[in-house]
Amino acid sequence: MAFGPIFGVLFDGFAYGMLLFLLSVGLSVTLGMMNFVNLAHCAFAMLGGYTSVTLTNVYGWPFLATLPLAFLAAAAASVVFERTLYRRLYRASELDQVLLTIGLTFVAVGAAAYVFGTIQQHVRTPSYMRGSIDVLGANLGAYRLFLVGVGLAIMLLLVLMLEYTRFGAQVRAAVDNQRMARGLGINVDLAFAVTFALGSGLAGLGGALAIEVVGLDPAFAFAFLVYVLIVVSVGGLGSVGGSFAAAVLLGITDIAGKYYVPEVGAFLIYLMMVVLLMWRPAGLFGRR
Amino acid sequence: MTATSTAAFDPNLHLQAQTRWRPIEVAFWAATLLPFVLFPNHLVLASQIAITALFALSLDLILGYAGIVSLGHAAFFGLGAYTAGILSKYGFSDPLLGLLAGAAVAGLAGYATSFIIARFRHLPLIMITMGLGFLLLEAANSAEWLTGGSDGLQGVRKGRLFGTIAFDLYGYTAYAYALIVLFVVFLAVRRLINSPFGLSLRGIRENSVRMPAIGAPSRAHIRKIYTISAAIAGIAGAVLTQTTATVSLGVLDFQRSAEIVIILVLGGAGRLYGGLVGAIIFMVARDQFSGIAPQYWYFWIGALLVAVVMLLPNGVLGGLAKLGSRWRGGSS
Repeated sequence: MAFGPIFGVLFDGFAYGMLLFLLSVGLSVTLGMMNFVNLAHCAFAMLGGYTSVTLTNVYGWPFLATLPLAFLAAAAASVVFERTLYRRLYRASELDQVLLTIGLTFVAVGAAAYVFGTIQQHVRTPSYMRGSIDVLGANLGAYRLFLVGVGLAIMLLLVLMLEYTRFGAQVRAAVDNQRMARGLGINVDLAFAVTFALGSGLAGLGGALAIEVVGLDPAFAFAFLVYVLIVVSVGGLGSVGGSFAAAVLLGITDIAGKYYVPEVGAFLIYLMMVVLLMWRPAGLFGRR
Repeated sequence: MTATSTAAFDPNLHLQAQTRWRPIEVAFWAATLLPFVLFPNHLVLASQIAITALFALSLDLILGYAGIVSLGHAAFFGLGAYTAGILSKYGFSDPLLGLLAGAAVAGLAGYATSFIIARFRHLPLIMITMGLGFLLLEAANSAEWLTGGSDGLQGVRKGRLFGTIAFDLYGYTAYAYALIVLFVVFLAVRRLINSPFGLSLRGIRENSVRMPAIGAPSRAHIRKIYTISAAIAGIAGAVLTQTTATVSLGVLDFQRSAEIVIILVLGGAGRLYGGLVGAIIFMVARDQFSGIAPQYWYFWIGALLVAVVMLLPNGVLGGLAKLGSRWRGGSS
């Protein structure tokens, strides 16, 4: 009955939320650690996307094999920028950081338009990802099931890493109190560089996975930036669980809003963000 | 104006010294008349520059002087533009009436949101200004009966200044009109900035917690300047509508909000002429670049922005001022 469509919408929203989670979790953790506002985060995601598109469509790689490469390409690029440009602005005002990273995003958009053109790119996914499965009367896309699997696996990996490894403890200490962590002899700069690369890599992975859902063109770096910032600011800085919850909330709100009240468009999402931020400026799960 | 040496000790004398017109300012405003003579074919571009400069000036009041970083200032620009457009569509096409109405509507919206703005700082503030901007954009997109939605507002008429002077095709009237509005608003802003109120704004920018301790209510001041800034942005939007006779959703979108921050920082935030210089450089550069390859314009504006942040932290004017003081220090 009416249960099928509702379940389908919830599932699609959840899958979309997984995508948003992958795209934004890196930014959340790096913002929490260094207070560095990196608006170029989605440009790294775009790089991952274009890596995947090029490898599948030009060199004929299978889609799944390109995903690790998308991760690596974005991570490697982020290390280069972190070492050369970002680290000089760690103590600068957030306006300077915002401007530098908006500038980098503009450069990325222009470069992508130059190299790949402005047309929307698509990726060839394997046939077993294209079908759909009927569960409880709802039609669940195989690719979206795959997205949910990847999202949950990454979430689990991140939580395990942050909670049970020495590196994770260092990252948590740096997010809690950067100066104190330095005082205890933790190499915060190194931990930050690794986290930054990891986060950008996850964004690159998210970018590659997003192509099947939303396509890929040079405007990607700005189109998703808004969503990512909403996830980060609503979820709270430096919180993996918060990002997850915010991403799922946003994904479901967005899909449900488009399905049930298409005439208000994205109004609902922005309203949700503004109200949530006014209620809790540090985000739902933020501690500061 | 007795002696500049005592100016540092007496705040009133300091402010008086600031309000005196310097020769380079007079030269700047005289130079704004040059396009009439030198580039009569580019007067449309010149009027666009004047409008952008006015918009940047309004942002300078909150970003440069009060330290409120906004990524949604286009909301007020768009409100002014749509107000003037809708008025003229329904027969009230007198430009001055449109200006006043645009300023009033944008100012009211600014006053209403200023209560929210004054409560936040840092990242939540940036996100909230951005979110409010998107809210308004989506609202304008949905309210097709009023705004025409994504097709833009249809039926905007060009009014006649004082009921007699028409806007011509070559932009003579448009540039003269935009320039006069810019100059009048600039005079008001210049007076405002060099008042005790302006000084306390700079105090809030430097330390918003400590200012109330010396008797300057931060939040009340922020509300005031935000309202004023919104009204000026509304005027800029109204002038755009009246000189081009078109309004589209582009006046409200995020790109415009981001661009105006870029323009201001490029010229030098927290300086009266920062937005004006930034607007000239940015608009001329865009005009030139988009003539060659419009799709790569983003690449160059991005590269320019990175260069400004890394090399000229106080914008072009800040760089020039530093160069000037070094040159003077070396020669004496």
